[in-house]
Amino acid sequence: MNNKSLKNGNNKIDAKNAVIKIANVDKWFRLHHNYSLKDAFVNLFTHKKRDKSLFHALSNINFNINSGEAIGLVGINGSGKSTLLKCISGVIKPDKGKVSIKGRIAGLIEVGAGFHPDLTGRENIFLNGAILGMTKEQIIQKFDDIVEFSEIPQFIDSEVRFYSSGMFLRLAFAVAIHSDPDIFLIDEILAVGDAKFREKCLNRISELSKQGKTMVIVSHAEQQIRQLCQRAVWINKGKVQMDGPANEVLDAMNKFTGLKK
Amino acid sequence: MSNKVDKLRAGFYQPGRSKGLLDLFKHSYLLSLLRKKEVKVRYRGSFLGLIWTYIKPLTTFFIYYYFVGRIMGADRANEHYAIYLFSGLISIQFFNETFRNCTKSIRDNAALVRKIYLPRELFPIATWRVAITHFYPQLFILLVASIIQGWYPGFLHILAVLLGFILLSGLAIGAGMLFAAMNVFYRDAENLVELITMITTWFSPILYKWSMIEQHMPLWLFKVYMCNPLTCAAELFHYAFWWPTNIDFTNYGLSLPPHFGFDICISIIIVILMMVIGQLAFRKFEGRFAQEL
Repeated sequence: MNNKSLKNGNNKIDAKNAVIKIANVDKWFRLHHNYSLKDAFVNLFTHKKRDKSLFHALSNINFNINSGEAIGLVGINGSGKSTLLKCISGVIKPDKGKVSIKGRIAGLIEVGAGFHPDLTGRENIFLNGAILGMTKEQIIQKFDDIVEFSEIPQFIDSEVRFYSSGMFLRLAFAVAIHSDPDIFLIDEILAVGDAKFREKCLNRISELSKQGKTMVIVSHAEQQIRQLCQRAVWINKGKVQMDGPANEVLDAMNKFTGLKK
Repeated sequence: MSNKVDKLRAGFYQPGRSKGLLDLFKHSYLLSLLRKKEVKVRYRGSFLGLIWTYIKPLTTFFIYYYFVGRIMGADRANEHYAIYLFSGLISIQFFNETFRNCTKSIRDNAALVRKIYLPRELFPIATWRVAITHFYPQLFILLVASIIQGWYPGFLHILAVLLGFILLSGLAIGAGMLFAAMNVFYRDAENLVELITMITTWFSPILYKWSMIEQHMPLWLFKVYMCNPLTCAAELFHYAFWWPTNIDFTNYGLSLPPHFGFDICISIIIVILMMVIGQLAFRKFEGRFAQEL
């Protein structure tokens, strides 16, 4: 009884506060696409048909994400988590169905994608800030915070290609975390840096989550999902296998894959 | 994705949809950063740096001037052949650079296209801005040379340069977007563009005068030749820089091409069509860029 009313209550909030709506999303990928004149010529004589096999990466995905919710997308490699995240960010378009978003969205999808090794740390902060949707004024205003967060102020005017990989990721993460969107998309980036910096990043993320930022996190680090997310969606072979409280979903997934906790 | 947009966009929207080129006005800051990046990266680790933007066109100029002008005798038929040659040459080089780099722009920025959503038109437009950066020093050299030869600026001349510049930009961006989209699927586009840019220098009155080609072409081909926006742009540049340096027009048979006004109108229509086709093709295939790269 109690449980039921709680559920109904939640549903009401769902309808009201959804900031990401994923409706009937399907996505196919062509596995073989480079078709050259030589291939055509060879196929002509061998009577081989052109390989048109499609891979069904996402099939009929339906769920909403509410404002302020931290949600984990979990599943084995190749299950379609990252594809779904890219559909949400707009990098790829679903072949069927619709993704709708309310608010500004920024991906921490592979941080540092917009970094150029030949630019200095300072120039990269501005370029990436702008790529992540910040205005010039916002970047100037947050510049010192970004540098401080990255903990590498002494290298800020060196070219990024002289950075160690750890330094690079620190700076990239610092820019991304300060870009201040309404919705954060986070893909496997929490495995970066040394333990101390990773902890700092995790703390920052849970801080932002408490401030009411919406987060969608893709990670194989179970502990992080349990720690950061209330809800998890388990995606298996492009379908939603289970959607519910993070701990329950992860336990079910572990049972399914035969892993001990 | 800038903040100005979001305030307007209170409700739901679909990610990954943009208004194409029109959306870029909201990204002017990012555009200027991308231009700076391109320029900086291109001259990275180079001692002469931006001086190369002077050296390359000047070398091209001197080669043509010496071999086509002096040795093959083109300068005997033309007063101030150097000015004639250079004003045409900078117009075609600006077009070729924009066209070539627009075509490669999506592939060159594959890392970004695959991972972060931005209106993809940003990349071709940024390369156009880079080409403008290279265009200015050449224009400056041309101006200095023209002034030495007795050039004076007139309202119509400046208007002609502007119109020529718009024709070149529009055609290069429109065609560049079309080929950039094709290049994502088949890299042949890049090679095809190399071929086209080789032809353009000769299929417009750069090294010779339009009147010289009239005798060698059937009428219909000559009409096509004259309606070519590149011919019009080159003639507009000639009109702006070369004409004023010739005090005695009549002696050298200086006349604008017949029906020049009509040719310009056709050129403008062609450029607009090219822009529309380029933008439509780009938008049609844009949704698949990230997965095909």
